[in-house]
Amino acid sequence: MPDIPGKGLIKGLGVTFGEMVKTLKPDSMGGGPATVDYPHVKEDPVPRARGVIALHEENCTACMLCSRECPDWCIYIEAHKYLAPPRREGGKPRQKNALDRFDIDFSLCMYCGICVEVCPFEALFWSPEFEYSEPHIAELLHDKSRLAEWMETVPDFEAYEAGSEQKVKKVPS
Amino acid sequence: MTHVFTSLQPAYWQSTIIKLVVAAIVVPTTALILGIVFLFKVMSWMQSRKGPQEAGPRGLLQLLADGAKFVQKEDLIPDKADRFVFKAAPLVVLMSTLLLYAVLPASEHLVIANLDVGIFFALAVSSLSVIGVLMAGWGSANKYSLMGALRGGGQLIAYELPMVLAVVGVVIQAGTLNLNGIVEAQANGSIFGFSGLGNPFILTQFVGFFIFLAAVQAELTQPPFDMPVAESELVGGYQVEYSGFRFLTFFLAEFATAFAFAGIAATLFLGGWWFPGVNPSSNAYWVLGPVVLFVKIMVVSFLIFWVRFTYPRFREDQLQAFAWKWLIPIALLNILATAILKVAF
Repeated sequence: MPDIPGKGLIKGLGVTFGEMVKTLKPDSMGGGPATVDYPHVKEDPVPRARGVIALHEENCTACMLCSRECPDWCIYIEAHKYLAPPRREGGKPRQKNALDRFDIDFSLCMYCGICVEVCPFEALFWSPEFEYSEPHIAELLHDKSRLAEWMETVPDFEAYEAGSEQKVKKVPS
Repeated sequence: MTHVFTSLQPAYWQSTIIKLVVAAIVVPTTALILGIVFLFKVMSWMQSRKGPQEAGPRGLLQLLADGAKFVQKEDLIPDKADRFVFKAAPLVVLMSTLLLYAVLPASEHLVIANLDVGIFFALAVSSLSVIGVLMAGWGSANKYSLMGALRGGGQLIAYELPMVLAVVGVVIQAGTLNLNGIVEAQANGSIFGFSGLGNPFILTQFVGFFIFLAAVQAELTQPPFDMPVAESELVGGYQVEYSGFRFLTFFLAEFATAFAFAGIAATLFLGGWWFPGVNPSSNAYWVLGPVVLFVKIMVVSFLIFWVRFTYPRFREDQLQAFAWKWLIPIALLNILATAILKVAF
């Protein structure tokens, strides 16, 4: 059957009209808009949403990998070495790194997530929180205590789709 | 109660002042109504959004807030602008809009000027906005503005023709150019001998109705005919350099013109202020007429804005081809068919 000219135009009008009817229908009938009343209602974050980067300080060894891989050079790390008591009696004291400073400048960050990817010790996580705008740009520099606060908002690890590469935990907890 | 209206015989200067005040109130109100109902609410719903929510109940005062914002903004005039032309352009566009309202009848007596050549006058003054658009483009001393204005000029002239030709069919059928006469012709007509609904010309002139609506869409430079203001390529066309109150004037004129054109379409094709079953000479139309006309205008406006929110923009050559190769020949055929049928019956 040959196409009727203008069939697509009518169909397009049908799409917009149907969308309007769907938006106006009450929620109980499967209607309602696709958006939410944002300041009053918060949207559920999508899986693996990139809102803000959280730091789990105990896992960080100040290896500087994140800082070096960061394309924007927006991660600042300073650390000092100290001697921790030996694991077994009679052993040598272990040398460890303690963080003095771990800052992420979110005014530079482009949310690429490379730091989270490269961290070998599970110290950096994505959190879906996004409400941290500031009146002054300098306040977007989050120090390690601020970054640690975001840890509470990090969602539980969500299973990948069936058949995809499984994430292997690098550090035994 | 109705004899109160008919017994009033105001002097010429009194009626003129009343008409001026009514027009000054009605024209911005209509623009507000169309802007809120269609641009904010219906458009949002069609995009699965709720639209403005915060200003006033359910966000219905959002446009007033926006208007207040525009008034506060700085009135910028480009350095190299032709200042007089630049300042006059929005007023020319607004004047064309206000003149359109002059002949739009809300009932037999509720009309500012009941001209015998009503529809001819309306089509003539609606073309004045082309001059305003060209003035805005020229006066802004800006390449984008000039391009937009030239596109606007070409488009408005191209779509003026199918609009006039679409109206000719109605005029042939009604036998008059007077808008009240056209309404009465529809009220007194009948469909195959059944006179309960009168004879709204949309039934016999549906081709004309669709051509008229397409031409109105183009005259308003709305999508899909918004090449003159195409944001993605011309930034804002002839409106680029306008800010604050002058931009508000353009905005007001666009939506008030949409209302007026919807009113003319409702009058020509849907029976205007006439309500089926009520005698057109009844005194009830002092109140009923504006209400009926308003409802019909909202229906026609919904069609206009529905199309606006659905289709993407025409390319410039497609836009011209659509007018010259399709709308005008079809409108001419429509006139021919109407004329033959008018003589035959």
